[in-house]
Amino acid sequence: MSQSIRARIFATVAASAAIVAALSPVAPAQSARDFINVVGSSTVYPFTTTVAEKFGRQGRFKTPKVESTGTGGGIKLFCNGVGPQHADVVNASRRMNASEFDTCRKNGVRDILEVRVGYDGLTLSESKRGPVMNLTRKQVYLALAKQVPDPANPTTLIANPYTSWNQIDKSLPATKIEVLGPPPTSGTRDSFNELYMEAGCRTYPWLNTLRGQDEKRFKRLCHTLREDGAFVEAGENDNLIVQKIEANRNAVGIFGFSFLEENMDKLRGSKIDGVEPTYETIASGKFPASRPLFIYVKKAHIGVIPGLQEFVNEYVSDKALGEEGYLSDRGLVAQPKSDLARTRADVKSLKNFAP
Amino acid sequence: MRTAAETQERVRAGLSRRYRAERRFRAYGMAAIAVGIAFVLFLFGTVFAQGLSALRQAYVQIDVFYDPEIIDPAGNRDPDDLVVADYQSLVRASLRERFPTVEGRPALRELYGIASSAASVELQRRVTADPGLIGQRERLWVLADDTVDMFLKGKVSRSAPEEERRLSDTQLGQIDALKSQNALKLRFNSAFFSNGDSRDPEQAGVRGAVVGSFLTLLITLLLSFPIGVGAAVYLEEFAPRNRITDLIEVNINNLAAVPSIVFGLLGLAMFISFFGLPRSAPLVGGLVLTLLTLPTIIIASRAALKAVPPSIREAALGIGASRWQTVVHHVLPLAMPGVLTGAIIGMARALGESAPLLMIGMVAFIVEVPAGVLDPSTVLPVQVFLWSDLPERGFVERTSGAIIVLLLFLIVMNAAAVVLRSKFEKRW
Repeated sequence: MSQSIRARIFATVAASAAIVAALSPVAPAQSARDFINVVGSSTVYPFTTTVAEKFGRQGRFKTPKVESTGTGGGIKLFCNGVGPQHADVVNASRRMNASEFDTCRKNGVRDILEVRVGYDGLTLSESKRGPVMNLTRKQVYLALAKQVPDPANPTTLIANPYTSWNQIDKSLPATKIEVLGPPPTSGTRDSFNELYMEAGCRTYPWLNTLRGQDEKRFKRLCHTLREDGAFVEAGENDNLIVQKIEANRNAVGIFGFSFLEENMDKLRGSKIDGVEPTYETIASGKFPASRPLFIYVKKAHIGVIPGLQEFVNEYVSDKALGEEGYLSDRGLVAQPKSDLARTRADVKSLKNFAP
Repeated sequence: MRTAAETQERVRAGLSRRYRAERRFRAYGMAAIAVGIAFVLFLFGTVFAQGLSALRQAYVQIDVFYDPEIIDPAGNRDPDDLVVADYQSLVRASLRERFPTVEGRPALRELYGIASSAASVELQRRVTADPGLIGQRERLWVLADDTVDMFLKGKVSRSAPEEERRLSDTQLGQIDALKSQNALKLRFNSAFFSNGDSRDPEQAGVRGAVVGSFLTLLITLLLSFPIGVGAAVYLEEFAPRNRITDLIEVNINNLAAVPSIVFGLLGLAMFISFFGLPRSAPLVGGLVLTLLTLPTIIIASRAALKAVPPSIREAALGIGASRWQTVVHHVLPLAMPGVLTGAIIGMARALGESAPLLMIGMVAFIVEVPAGVLDPSTVLPVQVFLWSDLPERGFVERTSGAIIVLLLFLIVMNAAAVVLRSKFEKRW
């Protein structure tokens, strides 16, 4: 008896689930969306989410949804088309390039607003208890490239022979070279290659001329990092790198300025070309390794997705982006006043982006 | 031919060697278990050591005056005005009252930094719920800022030089003063369980992720359990044995071993691009996880059905039951404990899964707690992933706190599996 009841219950559940299964795929496509959809860079994510939360708390519009997809993946989603099923804003830790812009146009995303939101300093940091590092980008390149110019004959490349910093330059400490950094899939790694490795590479004239002639070869020579343990891929997670440096006083870590600022009691930013990474040196451009951060806004969605214009206005407001704004509390380095004024003018006139 | 005595001699000679071999084998087994337990203890130890402090949170007591001039200058108690009023300034005024000697913008900014920005939201909530508060005074506990929280928990050292701390010497003095007045202390962190995500560690909670996980698993269970059990019953009890069913069986076994990210890509192409379902929705997450858990459930259910003795089927058929009746009335109820175990193991795997959900956009910053299966949402493992990558130090303990919640969720599910199994278990 009880078994047949159980069987009947089972049959009912099965039948109802089958109905759900049959119905769910034909649920209507999103006809309208009442929240803003942001995708893109994980570097800009901490800042955009802050703006999104403040914006949502004002109560006029729903809190925007911010997805962390990486810059490249975000731009792909953003450029997929116009309509509520596509993203409205993309976070980018670099400028959108021409081929991405072409894809956008092909898919009907013609009018894009570019908003520069500030800078991120890419720092090398060491433990407070470890030796003080005063590096140049050339030294960073020599320490980390897989192949480096032979000191005896700089136009030929040899496998990287350096194992401790003082072999590169007498002024550096006699500790083992050990640098922890992000994996190749990370946008931070791209920035590191560009800001440190390429800059160091180009101090050699023949490599600098190679850049114009054979860009592919130049990139292969300058971007390939050592695989013999001197450079350690520590994963995408910057907090993990912070913890590892704390534990190993001779190691150097690569991460964004906001992580350094949050852990000033444990870490010290290495001087690069004689400049210490601080808020001021990054904002003024004195610190050699800083990169601009952007958001791109789909103009066709302004006025369609509720609150999009207001969200962008909030992002560039003094409250957020000013020198004492809440984004600078989060470690975003604000742009100089004149640049900020230009950014605001662009937002106001909804200037069209062209790469 | 050996004599009996010779045989005995040979056996005796080898005996101690065989005993030794057995003792060695047991030692290996015990060592393996000890290593396993050591790892589990280490994992739990670090997670709990870091995460338990997330259960407590610094609160600061403020005497707030609901100034009608600020909240409702027009005096008409218009609900729209009450929502947008500047509650931040009420919090600031009450902090100024407590430290009347603080002057100058930078010093005041530091003082204001003691209370969380969530304090003004709390005041707004109270006033909109009860406009009668306007013009009154109230003493209440509000969230303190995450830097204060970290300091009270001893995660920021007082001995560090001032420029390397996130708190200045004056702030430390104010914190000490508040502590001696009993107006600043660690209390149970209810916000951690009642709030959705936030960029302020002190306001961030797991509720959004827990509800998201629950909705996603509900969809997964509703779809994968009936489909999985149905497929298993058909394949085991009704299907003819031929090439096609062999092929199906091989494929099911292969699917169980496919990396989960592949199901994420499939879900992205099928459910989002083709059917046009919204990104980041628990419905899509549930559909993807259904694909993931189906093979597990089918395989476990078939094994459970196979384990039912043939005598049960023969007896049922013998007294005139149809094959359908035999299966539904006798075989399936007897196989139920095994089927349920399989289903719950599949569900537990789905609960801990994050990779396929990254593909369908569930790795997102979502403040509002989802109300339905089409709302954007995230799930617990993804929340752990997101928090682990944020610079604020308060998120380190909250990451571990979220892991603890995830573990509790798993323990509850596994306990349910044990209870269900012992309830339905039949022995013969």
